[in-house]
Amino acid sequence: MDDEYNEGLGKRKAIYVPYSQAVPLKYSIDPDNCLYLTKGRCGTCEKVCPSHAINYLDQKKEITLNVGSVVLSTGFKSFDPSKLDHLSFGQHPDIVTSMGFERVLSATGPQGGHLVLPSDKKHKKEPKKIAWLQCVGSRDENRCNNGYCSSVCCMYAVKQSVMAKDHSKEPLDCAIFYMDMRTQGKDFDRYYEKAKDNGVRFVRSRVHSVYPDHDKGNLVMGYVDELGAMVKENFDMVVLSTGLEISADSFELATTMGIELDRSNFIKTDSFKPVSTSMPGVYACGVFTGPKDIPQSVMEASAAASAATENLALARNSKTRAVTTPRERDVAGESPRIGVFVCNCGTNIGGIVDVPAVAEYARHLPGVVYVEENLFTCSQDTQDKLVEVIKEKGLNRIVIAACTPKTHEDLFRETLIDAGLNKYLVEMANIRNQDSWVHSNEPELATAKARDLVRMAVAKAFRLEPLFESQLPVTQSALVVGGGITGMTAALSLSRQGYPVTLVEQNQTLGGNGRLLYKTSKNEEVSLFVRKLISEVEADEHVHILLGSSVHGVEGFVGNFKTTVATGDDSRIVEHGVALLATGARESRPAEYCYGEHDAVMTLLDLDARFAKGSKVVDRAENVVFIQCVGSRDQEHPYCSKVCCTHSIKSAIAFKRKNPETGVYLLYRDIRTYGQREFLYKEARDLGILFFQYDLDNKPVVTPEGDHVTVAFTDHVLGLRLAVDADILCLAARIEPNDNTRLGQAFKVTSDNDGWFLEAHQKLRPVDFATDGLFLCGMAHYPKPVDESISQARAAAARALTVLSRDSINVGGIVANINPERCAGCGGCVEVCSYNAITMDPAKHVAVVNDALCKGCGACAATCPSEAPSLMGFNNDQLYAQIKSAMTV
Amino acid sequence: MERNDLTPTDPKGSVMVVGGGVAGMQSALDIANSGFYVYLVEKSPAIGGKMAQLDKTFPTNDCAM
Repeated sequence: MDDEYNEGLGKRKAIYVPYSQAVPLKYSIDPDNCLYLTKGRCGTCEKVCPSHAINYLDQKKEITLNVGSVVLSTGFKSFDPSKLDHLSFGQHPDIVTSMGFERVLSATGPQGGHLVLPSDKKHKKEPKKIAWLQCVGSRDENRCNNGYCSSVCCMYAVKQSVMAKDHSKEPLDCAIFYMDMRTQGKDFDRYYEKAKDNGVRFVRSRVHSVYPDHDKGNLVMGYVDELGAMVKENFDMVVLSTGLEISADSFELATTMGIELDRSNFIKTDSFKPVSTSMPGVYACGVFTGPKDIPQSVMEASAAASAATENLALARNSKTRAVTTPRERDVAGESPRIGVFVCNCGTNIGGIVDVPAVAEYARHLPGVVYVEENLFTCSQDTQDKLVEVIKEKGLNRIVIAACTPKTHEDLFRETLIDAGLNKYLVEMANIRNQDSWVHSNEPELATAKARDLVRMAVAKAFRLEPLFESQLPVTQSALVVGGGITGMTAALSLSRQGYPVTLVEQNQTLGGNGRLLYKTSKNEEVSLFVRKLISEVEADEHVHILLGSSVHGVEGFVGNFKTTVATGDDSRIVEHGVALLATGARESRPAEYCYGEHDAVMTLLDLDARFAKGSKVVDRAENVVFIQCVGSRDQEHPYCSKVCCTHSIKSAIAFKRKNPETGVYLLYRDIRTYGQREFLYKEARDLGILFFQYDLDNKPVVTPEGDHVTVAFTDHVLGLRLAVDADILCLAARIEPNDNTRLGQAFKVTSDNDGWFLEAHQKLRPVDFATDGLFLCGMAHYPKPVDESISQARAAAARALTVLSRDSINVGGIVANINPERCAGCGGCVEVCSYNAITMDPAKHVAVVNDALCKGCGACAATCPSEAPSLMGFNNDQLYAQIKSAMTV
Repeated sequence: MERNDLTPTDPKGSVMVVGGGVAGMQSALDIANSGFYVYLVEKSPAIGGKMAQLDKTFPTNDCAM
């Protein structure tokens, strides 16, 4: 069968695991292609399965679940380009989709991560020229019905081009054919600029067609360039940057449930309720509500978690089960009795490494009293058996020779707990990822290496000691800094989950930028919403509002913070378990285009205020010009402010709707109306708003002329210099961060080069700080529209709830411990600790570790010249024994 | 902030998450880690969704796995 995981570039069988790291790592039968199920022939898998796990009679079952709420996160389907004749997809193997190209680049892909032409069956011939074609199945209402922008394709194409250059031994020519480069996310523009510097070609164009060149054997890309000329260029490989769309299954699910969809079949949401569907109790996140990237999907996922449980707060912990564990056996007086379990991992290890030989070898290692080999050491029946064997044989140290502790150590620790052993008495030897997988061509050497790895693990296990954790109570309340839309949303959602909140706002009023905005991209009035939000926060008895206040100092750690908040001359100490920083951002004051020198020149927020209050200048304007990227995306501020294209186009449409005779001009670099916002751009063009592209080296020139200003710029297509006498010149000014220096120092959190708060991981932990118990949300993270700020506020609340809903937190275990007798007080460990877990004891002049902050990275132990810090579970004695054991055969 | 539309008097302590990609998994984890039972429903034989197909991701160049 064509392998779906490899986008049809590889093959799979009718019984298969979707991919090598699939969770669960279990085989399943494809009923449409299984010979036994379709024709009653074969039946081989049942005969060969040693675990008798094959059940051909298994039937579909209908299960009824009674739940409090539902979250829909069925994601997207990649657009199928075979519907588009002009791109010849399917007619030449070297025309691939972007998902296909991901598989081409991937080490687990059909070509083992070697960038070679799919048309070359020998996997030898490397491409010299690759083209990416953007907006395939996006921003296109003629060839397909996807008028929206898929939001992610520009960035992934840039990434793929950079990766392709990286993969290629020879110089590789990469060209991206695009209409607007939409790299509006955090740090995306820097990456785009870097790609340009690395020689990736960006060709602003309209692609006419892609077709095989039968003479040369490669591909032809026919396109119209920026000046309107028809150009043909040959490439070895063409990647179609296919868009995201809703699958037929998801469409059916939503329509069957009666959930309202938008015109593109995404779930319809409100800017102020971005994860709520039209059906009460049903929430949605990810691409089902609109095209979006991974960080945004992850934020929404957490946001949906908070929204879906808000009404269920009273039932918290009612359906979860408490775990009962047996008493821990005291092994202190016992000599090591090591049990070694060698895993075959199906054929993953057993197919290469001689597992029986490794097991036999382990039997003779010092301290080893029991050895066993397993087909899958991680399977549930093996866990049950492990518990029995540990008890029966009186084992007190366990070595698991299998896969990586990253995925499986927790499982085996649980098993030790069940067997009444301290959970830190297990050591893993990774004979899969570090052995059988990487040495699959040399089985004998792989077996020898497995012996070495097991011997080293046994040497360490011999010296393992029980480690203990202590429990600290959690202060079940939150501190939210910043009283804008984001801060208020976060405060309310925590309060509705049953946790008191202190809301600190430095101004004398709540509302932040929400007070200045006129309408959202979906035409909802922001001021109405903000007024309602303020009154809800003020009415909430669990939200304690401190206006005109700021944070002066923070002590403590997750679950136990003590923060000094100053209000005027007063100051108070607030105790809280978590803190959410939502200090927002602001529209900058432009330093160019006659801003501040002429009344006709204003920013988007200045214009919003005029729209909201009504203004004669606005009503009577005959010509209005917008200039985009004012102070953004330049040398000094190389980031995109993300919200301005939509904001300007929205405002431009308002002029045209008021009076169709008004001349409205928009001067831009790339129009970044991502997602469903693209429909606004379409509407603007249909209304006759004129768009002109400009570059940094050819910026518009503004000259005051009486009560108006003259804006001069170049039209590329006509090659003409144009000038407009504007009654209003609106500047899309950069969004800049507020100064968070003091707040950052107080909480010991960092900001990036542009001044935005730095999250723990840009993709997977977008609202967590690296420090536990601290979260960020809203524009303090990066410029973003109201709906995304609300999502992020709810997401931060959800992440905070994972701490607040606990009575206590465990600290200790694998943490560093500093021997005061060896410590010279040099402070070297304090310097290297990324988690601020080490402080100097001022009285004794020695370093002290805070167990609650220590992550067990071992940087302090590696730095100290006196070996004063010791990382529990990885102490010097254990590591030296392991190293010595590696050297002796 | 809009209040959620329904306020049950006898709420259930469990939630169903439909779809086990990166969004569904994150949602399920956050819900479970705040004291609710989660049923994570996935159509295919493995969780992970589209992200599991990706090679490396911006900006860390981490393997998407």
